[in-house]
Amino acid sequence: MVTLRMRVNGVTRSLELEPWVSLLDALRERLGLTGTKKGCDQGACGACTVLVDGERINSCLALAVQYEDRDITTIEGITHPIQRAFIEHDGFQCGYCTSGQICSAIGMLAEHGAGMPSAVTEPGASGLSEAEIRERMSGNLCRCGAYNGIVDAIKEVAR
Amino acid sequence: MTTTTETQSPPREKAVGRGIDRVDGPEKTTGTARFAAEFPYPDLAYAALVHATVARGRITGIDVKAAEAVTGVLSVLTHLNAPVLKPAPARSMLDLSTMVSATSVNYLNTDEVHWDGQPVAVVVAESLEAARHAASLVEVTYQEFPAVVDFAAEEANAKPQPSSMLGAGSAKKGDAEAALAVAPVSVDLRFTTPPHNHNAIEPHATTAVWDGDRLTVHEGSQAISWMRKHLAVRFGIPERNVRMTSPYVGGGFGGKGSVWPGTILTALAARATGRAVRMMLTREGVYRTVGGRTPSIQRVALGAGQDGRLTALIQTSVTRTGKVGGNSEPVTEAAHHLYDAENILVQQKLVEMDLLPNTFMRAPGVSIGTFALEAAIDELAGELGVDPIELRMRNEPERNPLDGKRFAHRKLREAYALGAERFGWAERTPEPGSMRDGRWLVGMGVATAYHSSVQFTANVTVRLSADGTVVVRCGFHEMGMGGATVQAQIAADELGVPFEAVRVEYGDSDLPTGPMAGGSAQTASVAASLLSACEKLKGSVLALARRSGDSPLRGQRLAAVEARDGGLYRRDRPDAGESYEAILSRAGRPSVEAAIGSESGLGALAGQVRFMAKFVNDRRRWVKAASGAQFCEVRVDPDTGEVRLSRWLGVFDVGRVINAKTAASQLRGGIVMGIGMALSEETLVDPRNGRVMNPGLGDYHIPVHADIPPIDIHYLDEPDPTMPLGLIGIGEVSITGVAGAIASAVHHATGKRVRDLPITLDKLL
Repeated sequence: MVTLRMRVNGVTRSLELEPWVSLLDALRERLGLTGTKKGCDQGACGACTVLVDGERINSCLALAVQYEDRDITTIEGITHPIQRAFIEHDGFQCGYCTSGQICSAIGMLAEHGAGMPSAVTEPGASGLSEAEIRERMSGNLCRCGAYNGIVDAIKEVAR
Repeated sequence: MTTTTETQSPPREKAVGRGIDRVDGPEKTTGTARFAAEFPYPDLAYAALVHATVARGRITGIDVKAAEAVTGVLSVLTHLNAPVLKPAPARSMLDLSTMVSATSVNYLNTDEVHWDGQPVAVVVAESLEAARHAASLVEVTYQEFPAVVDFAAEEANAKPQPSSMLGAGSAKKGDAEAALAVAPVSVDLRFTTPPHNHNAIEPHATTAVWDGDRLTVHEGSQAISWMRKHLAVRFGIPERNVRMTSPYVGGGFGGKGSVWPGTILTALAARATGRAVRMMLTREGVYRTVGGRTPSIQRVALGAGQDGRLTALIQTSVTRTGKVGGNSEPVTEAAHHLYDAENILVQQKLVEMDLLPNTFMRAPGVSIGTFALEAAIDELAGELGVDPIELRMRNEPERNPLDGKRFAHRKLREAYALGAERFGWAERTPEPGSMRDGRWLVGMGVATAYHSSVQFTANVTVRLSADGTVVVRCGFHEMGMGGATVQAQIAADELGVPFEAVRVEYGDSDLPTGPMAGGSAQTASVAASLLSACEKLKGSVLALARRSGDSPLRGQRLAAVEARDGGLYRRDRPDAGESYEAILSRAGRPSVEAAIGSESGLGALAGQVRFMAKFVNDRRRWVKAASGAQFCEVRVDPDTGEVRLSRWLGVFDVGRVINAKTAASQLRGGIVMGIGMALSEETLVDPRNGRVMNPGLGDYHIPVHADIPPIDIHYLDEPDPTMPLGLIGIGEVSITGVAGAIASAVHHATGKRVRDLPITLDKLL
């Protein structure tokens, strides 16, 4: 057992857990923060996306013990205009990938804002086109196929 | 007390038809929507499965010592020590709940193995990690038996599918083979489609708790009342002792419409250990224990005169089921309805295999059948030198081609006309490879979407309170269709109250029995009962009002009264009427309730008889369906063969649209899944041992953001006269035709016909 301190959504939490527990399972099963979803447990779907010190990660591919004293933000800690935009643009159906899409979008906007290029960024370009959003959000799968609404929601907030 | 109310405010806009935001939006965007694996219990234990590694055989030994030694392990359940379960009820049309029996295998109550992946042990532990680790330590030995697992090799052994009341295995008109042989222009083509998996992002998950002989199950389900009954039968307890809740379903697409091993085994583990038990399947576990779409081998042969009129239409299919379960899928369904051919032959064949049974997946049969049929129509158009839309219009029937039945509704001409105009079809140059955008080869394709509509029965109650709020209760399912939102819209208009005043309760077997969420039937099924319940409720309220001597509604019949502005008003004197509040408070009633359907055993039976009668009657009188025209534009890289979708437009005839926003989303969703089917999705089954080789989202490629262009959705929005409120279900129609349109567009871009899905780049090089 390892004792661990983490700041989750601004609250310092103390945890005692085995070193092999993933950050995702620690959040869901140990801290009861079930807003972060498990879709594949393999880093392939993005449903488990959370923000660590403002950067998006797949929490299923992270061990909780790596995040001692780090600032974790899950969907439960987010109040952001993009949530309203997701509702208005119908950027979800079943809602299971939504927490990850929202966390990922917030992280993505910060990455773009910091000048990080993507695979489709043309040299010298700075805007966030639809193609940029789609490329940068491709790690977050939505089987209901709400992609159009998600892109529209992100576009509105990025404006 | 004066009972005449002046209405000053302008008439309220109707809720039906508006693109109202989903009522569950706030929960889903803040992480507070609770899914099946998220119900907390203080003594919760976790379960994990051990899967068989042979396709057919008998367990000769199970060594659980290492697993039991893992810290935190509570129990390792195998066929040697598991509690006894009753067998799964055989499927029968006399009891529709038996439709949820996904397989006939009595898990952990048998040493027989019927597919590679069948659960042979369950580990229960204090933590998820301990359960998973211990499951990996269970050693199982088998006596292996020969198994039938190679679908392609079984084609010759396929047997004709018998016809049933649910659908025809075969049908014919005239002599299509003879007509084909003499047709001036013809194509005779072979298509194949691979198996597919639903891949809802929420893996199947169950939380089960026993309290004596009472069982509570939380599970994402498309059929809670049928599953509840199934669980009661398996565990030998009365149905009323089982409660199933399913407030949110993280995607279903047919995959959560049956009882798969995880459901049973979680309840079994909870019973054996006396603990609340949660089991979320691993993504691999979903592939190993939840069936998907059958693969198919299809023949489509078309014969036509030089004028493009079809003289022969033949579509045949071979699909598979498991030896221990599964469904025939109506692959040739659209060929019954789409083209006015002089001679028609459709025939479906089946092969039974030692594989996990197939199950319903979005537009079973029809999604893959319309790939072949529509791609073949495009090929015939090419042979004739006729525009593919024009060819379809020349063969558009007035009545159902096979039997001359009337269409309840048929607007394909309008759909194509509108679609062609909006999409800019006229700009397409017919010659393959003739359109370019820089280095990209550009292609445009069309196809018809078509899906028959059915309706189940639903029990519904509606309660109106004196404060003007309304509660609708029905145990239906919400997996993203917007069910609670659209039913609230309907109730609001029927009762003349604001949309915000209506709350809808769903997803719980304690509620009045809802329909299964399948066959695109749920919305219409619930709406039909909701309309009746609202009518009944208004009658009760009017009866209360009429008891009062000075009510302006005195002596009025229901037909002469309109529900609006939170009350009932006379149609002949719009200023004469009363608010619900006034009527109920004068009568001293806190609320009035109306119910449709009965929860008693007899009532359920009556409901089933009603369903059957309506089903058979409808089939006899009408051909009912949702339909549409799919338009797409692809770009193909001439060097790599990479196919990118650049534009999509769909025009759908789905009757009246209740919510323009959620309907468009659902239609887009079907198109997205169809794009996956066309370009990337394929479950690879090892032909040597029947094991799924790509059981994960890293190897089974569903569409991602970058794959999906803006999808432009249009509705004809004309009510279907035979459906409640004129609405037709929309869950499935939009996946149909998609792969056909893409295959045709790829041909237009490249000159290459790919008849084997998915259309991957290797097939274009």
